[in-house]
Amino acid sequence: MMDAVECPAQSKPDLAAIAADAVGGHAIGRPTVYVYEAPVRICHWVNAFSTVALMTTGYLIGMPLPSVEGEASANFVMGYIRFAHFAAGQVLAVFFITRVFWAFVGNHHSRQIFYLPAHRKQFWREMLDEVRWYAFLEHEPKMYVGHNPLARTGMFTGFTLFVAYMIITGFALYSEGSGIDSWQHKLFGWVFAIWPNSQDVHTWHHLGMWALVTFVIVHVYAAIRADIMSRQGIISSMVSGERQFRD
Amino acid sequence: MGAAMETFYSVIRRQGITRRSFNKFCSLTATSLGLEPLAADRIANALETKPRVPVIWMHGLECTCCSESFIRSAHPLAKDAVLSMISLDYDDTIMAAAGHQAEAILEETRAKYKGQYILAVEGNPPLNEGGMFCIDGGKPFVEKLKMMADDAMAIMAWGACASWGCVQAAKPNPTQATPIDKVITDKPIIKVPGCPPIAEVMTGVITFITTFGKLPELDRHGRPKMFYSQRIHDKCYRRSHFDAGQFVEEWDDESARKGYCLYKMGCKGPTTYNACSTVRWNGGVSFPIQSGHGCIGCSEDGFWDKGSFYDRLTNIKQFGIEKNADQIGVAAAGAVGAAVAVHAAVTAVKRLASKRADPKQDH
Repeated sequence: MMDAVECPAQSKPDLAAIAADAVGGHAIGRPTVYVYEAPVRICHWVNAFSTVALMTTGYLIGMPLPSVEGEASANFVMGYIRFAHFAAGQVLAVFFITRVFWAFVGNHHSRQIFYLPAHRKQFWREMLDEVRWYAFLEHEPKMYVGHNPLARTGMFTGFTLFVAYMIITGFALYSEGSGIDSWQHKLFGWVFAIWPNSQDVHTWHHLGMWALVTFVIVHVYAAIRADIMSRQGIISSMVSGERQFRD
Repeated sequence: MGAAMETFYSVIRRQGITRRSFNKFCSLTATSLGLEPLAADRIANALETKPRVPVIWMHGLECTCCSESFIRSAHPLAKDAVLSMISLDYDDTIMAAAGHQAEAILEETRAKYKGQYILAVEGNPPLNEGGMFCIDGGKPFVEKLKMMADDAMAIMAWGACASWGCVQAAKPNPTQATPIDKVITDKPIIKVPGCPPIAEVMTGVITFITTFGKLPELDRHGRPKMFYSQRIHDKCYRRSHFDAGQFVEEWDDESARKGYCLYKMGCKGPTTYNACSTVRWNGGVSFPIQSGHGCIGCSEDGFWDKGSFYDRLTNIKQFGIEKNADQIGVAAAGAVGAAVAVHAAVTAVKRLASKRADPKQDH
């Protein structure tokens, strides 16, 4: 295998960073680079857990549990599920906004997943390399300090766009209960201009959940695979913030 | 005022009520509303000078269920609404005049009350083939509608037909039945959706306009906020069963007998804006959910084209197939999951093969 310092040829500005980082840190003899700052990591895990909670509770709202017996006053099953869904939704919204905010003040890696440099030829060239790598047409993966172009596109679509879409449609649906005078309706009521029948908003919000499930499958698989195949610490980097290049 | 319009006072006098009784009524009203002493005079003045609003009621492509509903109004009684509150100058279904005599009234009202009358439209115009699918008085309804709309003060779009299109606009909509607001774009339009709308909602909107002399506040879709700003679900008397998680699982089960929530049976209450759960029907006797059947969402846009009334998840048509969100989602997630599994397997095999080829690499 090639030396790690030679490998990230595609991300030239970070060569120095890797070299500099390689001296310090707890990875003995292995170059590490600080990629994910604490707010990014906190946002990642909060979003991850709230997304899982939202998917579970959301599915149960669309497809409720079997009917319970007893007095209505003695049970609050659907109420609790909906409360958990709304609470997790508010948490997700707050941490999504925090994450967007951090893109402005954080390091340059924190901005990666919010836009695609689609105007740059290099982006598309590297994208092709990545597609070839995932299609088993390349022998060695390219090394990147942050996301590779394909991963970046995936993150931009699966996280930024999908989650934003879910937050917007989610608050629009929430405004149905909070009322026409609520701030939720004032901010997100325009969703009902697109779909006048809220049944459609429910349906598309529900489908958005499946889009996120699909994203999570790909996201987790790609992280584990890259961790093993690309010989970089991908999963651990979302805990410690440091990406280790293992050989 | 373009013409001498009949006032409330003259109607009251015509019905045999004396001026003395009229003044007593005004004083009592002012007192019961807790107004200052002078208010009685102002009420009397308003009733003496405010004209009754002329209403032209036209019928396009429809089933007359709106009219059927309207004549069953209990508060106020339809007769009061039609005979006292408004001046219903034209309604080809219930008017005495017919033929040329009836059509002449349209022209007369249009000329006499230019910009002052309300055009109530039941049904909608089909636009295909130049509107030939609905001929009214010898010409396409759409032409008649446009002509009468030109000089109207406002338009009432009665029912789901006039508001959204309803069943005659169901896919593939061969006659191109089109809701009023897509045809008339330069007049205020009040949508009163429902199939039919609740009688008291219809007369309630009319009462509001005649009492306050202005159009009611409308929501984003042009529906009066006072009747359409909350969902059936928000005020449903079975709501506590929904929150408790108590559902009817199938028709005629024990839960159905106990009157549990009909959510799982496809009740559209959670997505339907209407006043059924508060105003109810037939003088407040009942409404669909109270009779044990889910709401079908008849006051919502496209309710006729969303698949079964008895499914919780309705169909998505955008992908060329009629599947619900779960069917599409499970298929997509399943396909991606399978692809990931295959990809992982190929990766493992490739990795093993490359290790065999290069045994020195022990990572």
